[in-house]
Amino acid sequence: MVATDWRLTLPSETSRLAVRKTYKLYVGGAFPRSESGRSYPVYSAKGTWMANAVLASRKDVRDAVAAARKAFPGWAGRTAYNRGQILYRIAEMLEGRRDQFATEVAEAEGLDRAAALAVVDASVDRWVWYAGWADKIAQVLGNANPVAGPYFNLSTPEPTGVVGVVAPAESSLLGLVSVMAPVIVTGNTAVLLASEERPLPAVTFAEVLATSDLPGGVVNLLTGRVSELLPWLASHFDVNAIDLTGVTDPELAAEAERAAAENLKRVVRPPQGPVDWSADPGLERMTAFVETKTVWHPKGM
Amino acid sequence: MTFEYAPAPESTSIVDIRPSYGLFIDGEFRDSIDGDTIKTINPATEEVLSEVVAAGPRDVAAAVEAARRAYQTGWGTMPGTERAKYLYRIARIIQERSRELAVLETIDNGKPIRESRDVDLPLVAAHFFYYAGWADKLSYAGFGPHPRPLGVAAQVIPWNFPLLMLAWKIAPALACGNTVVLKPAETTPLTALVFAEICQQADLPPGVVNIITGAGETGRHLVEHPDVDKIAFTGSTEVGRQIARAAAGTRKRLTLELGGKAANIVFDDAPLDQAVEGIVNGIFFNQGHVCCAGSRLLVQESIHDELLTALKRRISLLRLGDPLDKNTDIGAINSAAQLERIRALSEIGELEGAERWSAPCPLPDRGFWFPPTVFTGVSQAHRIAREEIFGPVLSVLTFRTPEEAVAKANNTPYGLSAGIWTEKGSRILWMADRLRAGVVWANTFNKFDPSSPFGGYKESGYGREGGRHGLEAYLAV
Amino acid sequence: MTATTPLPAVADLVNMPEAWRTLLHGLPSVDQVGAEQRAAMLATRSIKTTSKAWALDLAIRMVDLTTLEGADTPGKVRALCAKARRPDPTDPHCPQVAAVCVYPSMVSTAAAYLAGTGIKVASVATAFPSGQAPLEVKLADTRAAVAAGADEIDMVIDRGAFLAGRYSEVFDQIAAVKQACGNAHLKVILETGELATLDNVRRASWLAMVAGADFIKTSTGKVQPAATLPVTLVMLEAVRDFRERTGRQVGVKPAGGIRTAKDALRYLVLVNETAGPDWLDPAWFRFGASSLLNDLLMQRAKLATGHYSGHDYVTLD
Repeated sequence: MVATDWRLTLPSETSRLAVRKTYKLYVGGAFPRSESGRSYPVYSAKGTWMANAVLASRKDVRDAVAAARKAFPGWAGRTAYNRGQILYRIAEMLEGRRDQFATEVAEAEGLDRAAALAVVDASVDRWVWYAGWADKIAQVLGNANPVAGPYFNLSTPEPTGVVGVVAPAESSLLGLVSVMAPVIVTGNTAVLLASEERPLPAVTFAEVLATSDLPGGVVNLLTGRVSELLPWLASHFDVNAIDLTGVTDPELAAEAERAAAENLKRVVRPPQGPVDWSADPGLERMTAFVETKTVWHPKGM
Repeated sequence: MTFEYAPAPESTSIVDIRPSYGLFIDGEFRDSIDGDTIKTINPATEEVLSEVVAAGPRDVAAAVEAARRAYQTGWGTMPGTERAKYLYRIARIIQERSRELAVLETIDNGKPIRESRDVDLPLVAAHFFYYAGWADKLSYAGFGPHPRPLGVAAQVIPWNFPLLMLAWKIAPALACGNTVVLKPAETTPLTALVFAEICQQADLPPGVVNIITGAGETGRHLVEHPDVDKIAFTGSTEVGRQIARAAAGTRKRLTLELGGKAANIVFDDAPLDQAVEGIVNGIFFNQGHVCCAGSRLLVQESIHDELLTALKRRISLLRLGDPLDKNTDIGAINSAAQLERIRALSEIGELEGAERWSAPCPLPDRGFWFPPTVFTGVSQAHRIAREEIFGPVLSVLTFRTPEEAVAKANNTPYGLSAGIWTEKGSRILWMADRLRAGVVWANTFNKFDPSSPFGGYKESGYGREGGRHGLEAYLAV
Repeated sequence: MTATTPLPAVADLVNMPEAWRTLLHGLPSVDQVGAEQRAAMLATRSIKTTSKAWALDLAIRMVDLTTLEGADTPGKVRALCAKARRPDPTDPHCPQVAAVCVYPSMVSTAAAYLAGTGIKVASVATAFPSGQAPLEVKLADTRAAVAAGADEIDMVIDRGAFLAGRYSEVFDQIAAVKQACGNAHLKVILETGELATLDNVRRASWLAMVAGADFIKTSTGKVQPAATLPVTLVMLEAVRDFRERTGRQVGVKPAGGIRTAKDALRYLVLVNETAGPDWLDPAWFRFGASSLLNDLLMQRAKLATGHYSGHDYVTLD
């Protein structure tokens, strides 16, 4: 029997054992585990096991909606300037983690390093673009109306409330930010279901949100089975709108839209074909989640 | 027992004023080619702060050439997303250095530190943030699908809000893709020169922003330079008129933000205590060196005496003195020349028969000071009701009906701003419809925001700064 | 022959229930944004060195040291009184507070421990804090407190009646309590948090003063928000205007939510630049507070020693 030299079995300096991240949910500004205690394996685009992500339950959906509702008056009540500042800070924090996200996106989506960096850069620029809309969207969507009478008449956009969002299935970062930013820039709060197969960049992105002065509950992020969670989100009466962009199963989307009809949620249907996330987003993702309020007041001595 | 506030001076250790400054051209500070030097002083103490250049014609030409080059070799065709990020960087650095800039502004201009800290600097940063966000959204601004910039903008700004006026000029110009040559006022060049440093810290491409110091002559050379596409001027109506004449027959686009003689109208149902605050803020904020100052108080005759009593009581609480003291409300007059003008017009007011009252505050020995002053018994025929004094002097007139208030308010060649104080919403809107002024404040005064357009009717100038409307001045539309 | 309707006498008009509404709603309105901005601007005043020392001592002398808990016992009240007499056991030059404020059942205890000190005994009364009781009960409450030795009575107005517009009822109640006070001073608590608007605060202030209040007080401290700078600003404007109109000076007491010396100094600045120096005296301005006193003492210690103090160096009670 040969005594094994124990020194040979320790990791050397170049193969130090990493402290791996535990991926949790992001609800109310904190990182809880699911009350269900479940998880599911996440694989890279190449099929390697990456991590166990939380398999959220309907109770997590319930808690996330409650957190989003609680955060709504405060977030909607902030000045547009303040919201714009916070969104810009999110971009700053994301930029600071450029390498980290490039690695995560490359693994999740099977991109080479250059392409992954391009995705991260586009995501940062997307946040900057939306940050700048905070104090301008009212000027583009709102206006005075020249009514035929001695009345002051003004139309302005207001946030609709709590918005449920199904993040794109494949575009794990750029697609994610492209559905998240337009919802919150106008003052809505959000509950997002991350891409089921590629949730890890979203969970890391929650860390960016948590370090950006974004009040807890403005964005809530759940990971898990979209088919399990979506019906609860789509039928929840305290949710004002639902964005079905990331739903790949047309029957699931239709079912969600039917459920949403029960309290007349505003619905954004899944896109007809593949989306070019790098294209100019236009205004639709912001206008979908605002209400127009028109106020009259007489003019008299 | 009276509650004295002990001296609470803001520290100046954060500021580092160089003994002299060059011109900021093409991304670097350079010596002058054919200019002179001028001294800039602290108007509260009369001590010399620094020496700056009074740029000569060849200096001006070098700056315009640098701006043209920068426009043609990159800035004019740079994608909006990239331009935006430069402006965001500048905004962030301004925020980081805001205390330093506020202290410097107070030392060079004479305004109280509380105002430069709490009003000027936050607005400066906000202005850059706001316009940064337009740089990549111009096709949504309502000026067509692909609005183009004009090219090189010549910008001349006044001494009353030096850094804020710089922000109002540079931010929209750069956001739209123009390059600029900006001349700060001769008595307040320092924050503009530090801004030049900030442009360097932000890695702004050389030539996009050029800062050339100087007085009236330098400004004239700048606006008359043939290779300038756009002129933006804020200052007196007299100089604005000269610039408009000089631009006639050229292809240069022109916007002007000039003087005012705003009416602050108080009805008998006004929220009185807040109206008093609004009147005081309207004419004594920034020592009255404000183009949109509420320099004419139009008070409904039935409450004249009650309002004047409350007003004088309130004015007597104003603290005049060292601008660097955090408790100072009224700072120094910006220059000996301006002080002389205020004194002269005030004397005229007395000769015209108006009744003069000044706050009983002691004035420091050195520096340029004028106590808050109120003239009652003024009518439209008086010079002090017609001419812009640009100092802490309020003229009080009366009216009986809303129509009379409107008529008197509009009875002026100016048309920059107006104030309305009443509880009745309908009356606010009825009056606002009829007041010929570019900015109407109801139950408030002197409120500014980068998203809110500002500018005048009639001889107060043309064009708007701020808001979506403020982009028009810098686009080829 | 035609019968003509006699014209109402001016006295009839004044006595109509609607007369109060006409009077109170004819007072100048308050623009909330403007008032809040004025209060915020005054909060930027920087008080240093000698001024700060003077202001801290004045603030201590203005404190109505308060305990209003269901769990109050004679032992608790005794300890509070000891603190009132000697806020800083290490410094005999530290001034005493203005008063101790307790429930009627604790008044005799407090009066016994404060006898001869010059510190007033203030008692809440009139079914504090809600005020929801018949008038006879409220008056009995008041008389009991006065009989037990209270120098000052802090009453609550009937907010329900006020918000329902029954102003003459509110007036009558205050006048009755004033009568029941005898020689005791009457502070009238408006409960500004429940009045909600600054216009209501102005109207309630005037109503209380015309009815005979010696002091108007913001809050019971049992409802949020309690005292705020804008509310106190409006009340200071009211007492200023009232003195100008009638010649009678009424005091102001913000209560509840004033925890730090910095807050207290902001209130003193507010007094100084609104009602004026005549009110900068414990006879005309009080702080209803409990934990404020320790922060005042710690700031006082810092000015004296040059270093920050800590909670081990001030007494619990």
